Formats: sequence, structure tokens, C-alpha cells
Amino acid sequence: MMVHIPFERYEMQNGLRVVLSRDTSAPVVAVNLWYNVGSRNEKPGRTGFAHLFEHMMFQGSENVPEMAHFSLIENAGGSLNGSTWLDRTNYFETLPAHYLELGLWLEADRLGWLLPAMTQAKLDNQRDVVKNERRWRVDNQPYGDWDERLQMLMYPSDHPYHHSVIGSMEDLDASSLEDVEEFFRTYYAPNNAVLSIVGDFEIDHAKSLIDRYFSAIPSGPAIPPIPGRTQLGLSLGGEQRVTVEQDISLPRLYVGYRTPAYGTPEFYTNAVVAQILGYGKAALLYRTLIREQRLAQDVVAYAFPIVVGASMLVLWATALPGVALDDLERAFHAQIDALQSVESRDVIRAVSLIEARHLSDLQTVGERADQLSMYTTLFDDPARINTEVDRIRAVTVEDVRAFAARYLIAGNRSVMHYVPKHGEVAS
Amino acid sequence: MSDEKARVMPPVPGEPPELRSPSVQRFQLANGLRVLVVEQPGLPIVDVQLVIRTGAVCDGEANAGHTSLAVDMLDEGTPGRSAIEVAESIEDLGASLSMAASWDDSALGLHVHTDQLEPALGLMADIVIRPTMPAADFERKKQQRLTAILQEKEEPRALASQAFNAVVFGGTHAYGSPLHGTRASIERMTRDDAVAYHHSFVRPGNSFLVVVGDISATALVPLLDRVFADWTDGASVAASVATPVAAPVAPPVAAPVAPPRGPWPPSASTFAGAGVSAGVHIVDRPGSAQSELRAGCIGVPRSSPDYFPIVVLNTLLGGSFTSRLNLNLRQDKGYTYGAGSSFVMRLDAGPFIVSTAVDTAVTDDAVRQILAEITRLREETVPADELLRAQSYIALGLPRSFETTADVASHVAELEVYGLGDDYFDSYVRRIRAVTAADVMRVAKQYLNPRHMNVVVAGDAAKIAEPMRALGIGTVYNKAIEE
Repeated sequence: MMVHIPFERYEMQNGLRVVLSRDTSAPVVAVNLWYNVGSRNEKPGRTGFAHLFEHMMFQGSENVPEMAHFSLIENAGGSLNGSTWLDRTNYFETLPAHYLELGLWLEADRLGWLLPAMTQAKLDNQRDVVKNERRWRVDNQPYGDWDERLQMLMYPSDHPYHHSVIGSMEDLDASSLEDVEEFFRTYYAPNNAVLSIVGDFEIDHAKSLIDRYFSAIPSGPAIPPIPGRTQLGLSLGGEQRVTVEQDISLPRLYVGYRTPAYGTPEFYTNAVVAQILGYGKAALLYRTLIREQRLAQDVVAYAFPIVVGASMLVLWATALPGVALDDLERAFHAQIDALQSVESRDVIRAVSLIEARHLSDLQTVGERADQLSMYTTLFDDPARINTEVDRIRAVTVEDVRAFAARYLIAGNRSVMHYVPKHGEVAS
Repeated sequence: MSDEKARVMPPVPGEPPELRSPSVQRFQLANGLRVLVVEQPGLPIVDVQLVIRTGAVCDGEANAGHTSLAVDMLDEGTPGRSAIEVAESIEDLGASLSMAASWDDSALGLHVHTDQLEPALGLMADIVIRPTMPAADFERKKQQRLTAILQEKEEPRALASQAFNAVVFGGTHAYGSPLHGTRASIERMTRDDAVAYHHSFVRPGNSFLVVVGDISATALVPLLDRVFADWTDGASVAASVATPVAAPVAPPVAAPVAPPRGPWPPSASTFAGAGVSAGVHIVDRPGSAQSELRAGCIGVPRSSPDYFPIVVLNTLLGGSFTSRLNLNLRQDKGYTYGAGSSFVMRLDAGPFIVSTAVDTAVTDDAVRQILAEITRLREETVPADELLRAQSYIALGLPRSFETTADVASHVAELEVYGLGDDYFDSYVRRIRAVTAADVMRVAKQYLNPRHMNVVVAGDAAKIAEPMRALGIGTVYNKAIEE
């Protein structure tokens, strides 16, 4: 089953870390940059700013006119995007192989020379776009604010994960051009970034292009520490419960457990646990709550790959019409408790499914480049693209049982009940 | 060394690499099943698609969703395995097996490591040949489907899209009903209907198989012959090959179907017939944080001789980030997170649809801008550089469509379903490049007439009904949320 992704990694004098991986099976190339900054780095009163800033990175730079970033890449038949998350911001494009240089030129220009192109009009425009993004993702979606509410319950108010990536409307309104400049000067520097290239290119040629476009960008000052409290005990220290009334017809249960951060050995057990509980039709919660007991419409389980202090295992289940949320919750906890005597067959199946998913992810150059950037940014170790699977394989049935006994307990969880407004329950 | 001058202008691209489109090999099994194989060396992964050429278009309004629920039942048990055991057996192989109906066909998809291909194919064949569809499992799946339909009534995107389809196709074609059914149509369905679908349509003579991955066709075909040996057409299939319940629809020459609900409120009828659209339909969501907008009309079938000009036209209007709708509504006005359009091409003419979600306060102007952009493409010649950009985006982006085995399998299945020919991708780039500005204007005039278009808004009627009336583009109707 072993697949080995070859790569070469080096660091430029300005601190930019570079990972190159050649694969000529398709005439395409992926250019991917991770900046080691996310919503966790936002200061009080500026929630959502890291993401708003990401939008500003697409509005042109000194030599790239407004809209040209998009039009040059689409002109070349490429796809592009960026995304912001708690721990990072990434920017990426997949291009026909002969347009590699274009991608590097565009990325270098905005890393080195963004500010000359910034204007109040661009900021006002993208602020409106982002506010509409929030309406679309959160405010106009049933249960749309669940992650925002759960993060508030799971992390203390002085922890950087206490607030959501999308941020509040008020904080978005308060953002200024000065914030853009300060954020850029603080976090957008080669010494806070990783550049990965994967696809059909010659290694030496890529190196010379990277040198041509990135070496003139000076290193920035030392990156300030993540604000607020970044150390957390590995227990919530008591169950927390909230009830949220919304315009929904089906109640939904959300449960979060505090778990060890991404990168720790126990995180891989957490990933296996999420798989056992919630992925696929043979998963424990699917089998019991959906198939056998017919209490739930759906179940989801997810181990957050986040690194500051502690991660969380998040699960949810939507009640079928006529099912009381308390009954669903009771049945849910019974299955979580049963995990303490899970059978090895369930663990083996979960491991093989995670392995299979990992292999499938590697089919696109874009995903490979993103993983190389991620492992280099978070762990300074691009080789994890090949070794991470070993950490999953090492998880044993005893590990899963011990993990459940230690972390998946009442005193370490937050529970949210989403219920219909005015007691309207569908029958 | 860095070269300061080098960074002022965008670099010139190198030599374009040769386009390698999938090379399809065709076989036929002893039972008559046609097989299309693409050998794609690389990661040890295989994607298999079994396509059944009877899709949801055969359901009709009264039985909407029956095909899709029947297909959903295929993996709910075989003679040797309960539903749970089927799921466990697949997942023990690290494989994933999915099934879904679309309008034109139904498909089972298997994604598996090459090492596990043989046992996984065995399971797939068992499901295809001998599904038991236990009554209790059918009742559970039916209840889940009814619940999903209930959930959609509070999901603004689904609400707007379904209302759009109902307005554009309602009463004339199956496309007007939700593919997965309505509460009434699903409540009407029995396990016998699912069994009948399988009996009538899941036959080798009504199906074909696509296999893509790190495999050799010569080794694969004997394996497939063995695995599918028990699958036969039987006597009934010739008589039961599906025909759609409605005749194919042509683009309308006058305003399409009458809106299904009365004017809202009745005084709005002063605008009837005076507008530049066929009508505005508001799905009321009191307190909605945004307006989900849809606008469009009946488009074209996949077999349209104007396929290539239409693809270019749509790319200019709403098929990419730098398309006119997104540049106008997002980058210029900041009304939305994104706006786009598509011609959904099926065996029959599917919809042409513009989709976006905008701030409630600008709903009226967003609609005005959408209609203006459509009109501009009809009346003004598209500039040469913009046309070239759209063509390059499509033509140069083609290799990205063939990166994964699943993507290749989907494209190969399309070749077969729509009869495009195995050399289709070889001439694709040339045909995209051949489209002229005059072609674009011609197809815009032919297929995009604002007077034939309906506008659907899922949003807060108390705030948007009056501005939409004042816009003067046509009668404003209240579109009730269907049961």
C-alpha cells in the first residue's frame, strides 16, 4: 500500500521555506503558499480580519493591476483560490505546466509589494463581499453559527480559538487600511511562509525562477507570539450545556470534547476515533443511531487538526421528526461509552479507510502541494506527507479504549441543543 | 540573483505541453455489458462507474424521486449480507461505494486500491445483481428521504433552486420536480417500486461500465467476465427500456408556463405584461439574512449543435471568477460573495440559470444588473481580448479535468451517455478556439431572452416585494413553499 512522494526542501536567505515535488503524470503544476497566520493571530476587536486580509491579497499589488491576479490565471486556464483557517492562511493555483513562472511572479509580487496597491475603495468593496460571505455561510443557514458558538464554549475567552474565522460584522466594519498595513508588515514576510510546487517541471528551472522572483523580498521582523492564552489543560473541567433556539424544524445535538492538539501522538487516536464513530455507513453512530435505533437523520464526527493548546473532537446528530433531543442524546452517550470496549475490527477498518482517503487526496497536484506546505508550516517536516499514515497505523485498539476513557467523558464535553423556536417540532 | 526589472511585467509562458486526453478502450462482456477502460498509470487507485441508462427523468411529477430512492436501496443487503454487513465488507477493503440517480442515468461508483479491486468488484456485482432491499430498510430510507425533503424547506439555496425549477418547467416536464422527490411522491412509493426499478432497468443491456486507473485492460476484462457472469438481461428488458414521461421541450417562443400562484399581492397586477421578464417569484422567508436569487429559462439539450458557442457565452457571462456577472455584482458592487451562471445540459433541454445570494437591501438592483449583463451580451459585440480570455480559460484548463481517476471516469461516462464519440476531447480545444464574437452574439440572442426569463427570490418578502415591483420588470408573484 505504500506510496512515496519524493520532494526536495530548502530555505532561502530571507527565510522562505521551499518544497519542490516533481510529477510528470499530467501537464499541470500547483503553486501553493502557506502563511503561518490565521484567525488565532487576530487582536481584540478585529475578529475576521485575517480572512478579510486574505481577500485583499487578490486585489492587485505593485505590478499586478486590480483584477489582473484573477484574469492572468484564468487566461492561462488555471484555477486559483485562498482560504483562511484558525492556524493559517493559504493561497494556491493549479496551472498548465508552462505557466509555472506566472504563478511565481504573481505570488512574489503580492508577498513583496502588496501595499502600494491598497486603497480604501478596495477595502470597502471586499468588506462588503466578506459580510455577504458571512451572511451566506452563517447567518442565512440553518444551524449556521454552530462552530462560532461551540468555539466559545470550548475555549476560554482569552484563548485565540475562542472566536470564529469569519468574525463579527462589527469587527469587520471597524477594520481600516492601517490594519491592512500593520497586518501585512507583521505576518506577510518570507520568514513566515512556505512555498510548495508540485507537478510537471524541472527542479533546477524552478529553483532559478524562485530565486528570480522571491530573493529580493527582505526578511521581516520576528513574528510576534500568538496573542492570549495558548496553553490549556487537557480537560474542560466540567460539562457545559447551552440551548439555542432557531428557525429550524429538526432539533440537532452538538457535542465537543477537548482533546490533544494536532501533532501530538494522541491526535492520531482522535482521528481514528472520529472515523470509527462517524465516517461511512459502517460507522458506529451511523449503525446505531441511524440504522438500528432510528433516532437520527445524520451523524458527523470530526477531529479538528489545530495546534494551539488543545484540539477538539466535534460530533453532531440531527433528530428525526418526533424524536426528543434528550432521547437522542442519551443514546448518543451510550455509544460514546461503548467505545471504551471497542473491537479491534472497528479500529482496523477505520485505519484502512483513513489510509485510503490519504491516498486519494494525493491524486491532485494541488492537494499534494497543500499538504507539503501544511506539514512544513505546522511541524517543519514535509516528510509527514509520507509518514503521517504510519502514525495512523500505529493506533491500537488499546489506544482507542484509553482515549475514550480519558477524554470522551461528561466532565470534558460541551453540549449544544439546537431547538425550533416557539417549541415548533415537526412531526 | 533577483532581477528588479523582471518583476514589472507578467512572464511569458514556455512551450505548451502536449495534451494527453484519456484513451478509451472498448470491450463487451459475455453477458452483453459494454465496458470502457482507461489505463491511467500512477497511484494504485481504480475508479469504477456502472452507469444504468435510466435516470430520474422517467419518474414524472407524481412519482418524483422514485428512481433516486430505488438506486439508494441497492446496497441495503444481499442474500448473504445484511445492509450493515454490506457496508462493513466494503469499508473493510478500504473502499468506498456510492450510488446516485441523475436526470439522465443512475450510477454506482466504486473507488478502491488496486490491490482490493477483485473483492470490491465482487461486492459491487452482488449489489447490482442480487439486492434484497429488506422492507425495514426501505421504510428507514423512505423516512430519511422525507426528512431530507422537510429540511430543504428551511435551506434557502435549495428553496430558491427548487422554486426556480418549478416555475420554469412546472407542469411541462419532469425537470420541474425535485430529482429526489416531494413529500407526496415519496409517501406514495413502496418497496415494490424499488424492486421493480431494479428488475426492469438494472440490466447489462441497459448499462455500461467505466473502469479507470492503474490497471491493464487485458487482465481486467476476464476478471469482469467472471464477476458479472450471473448478470443477464432476462426476457423483460427489451420491453421495459425507459422512455421519458414528457416529450423533449424546445426553448419557448413566448413566455413559458403560467406561474403556478396568483399575483402577490393582487394589486401588483398593474405590472402584468409590462415587464422585460416573464415574472418575479418571491419565496417568502421572513427575517432572511440575504436574498437567494435565481434567474433564467429553459436552455438547451447536451446535443445542441451550438454547444461550443454556448459554453464560451456562459464563460463570458458567469462561468468563471472573471466573468461579467461576478465582476459586476461582487468586485464592482460588493453585493455578493459570488455570482455565476450555467447552462445545465441534459438529454432534454435543461435550465439556463443565474445564481447568486445578495444583501437584502440590493436585491432589486442585483436583478437589474443580471438582466443588463444578459442584454449586453445580446446587443454588444464581445471585445476580442475578453473572448480570447474565455476561450483560453476553457481550452487550457482541460488537463485539470483529467487529474483524478474519478474525474476521468465521469468524463468517459459522459462521452457514452451523450454519444459524443471517443475522439471528442481531441477536437475539443480546436472547437472552443473556433468560436467567434459573432457566434457568441448569435447564441446570446437565440437562447438568452430576458422576456422569457423568470426571476426567483428566496428572501424577506416584506422588504423586497415593493422594490421588486418598482423595478417594473414583470408581475411579482408569491411562490408558496411546496409541501
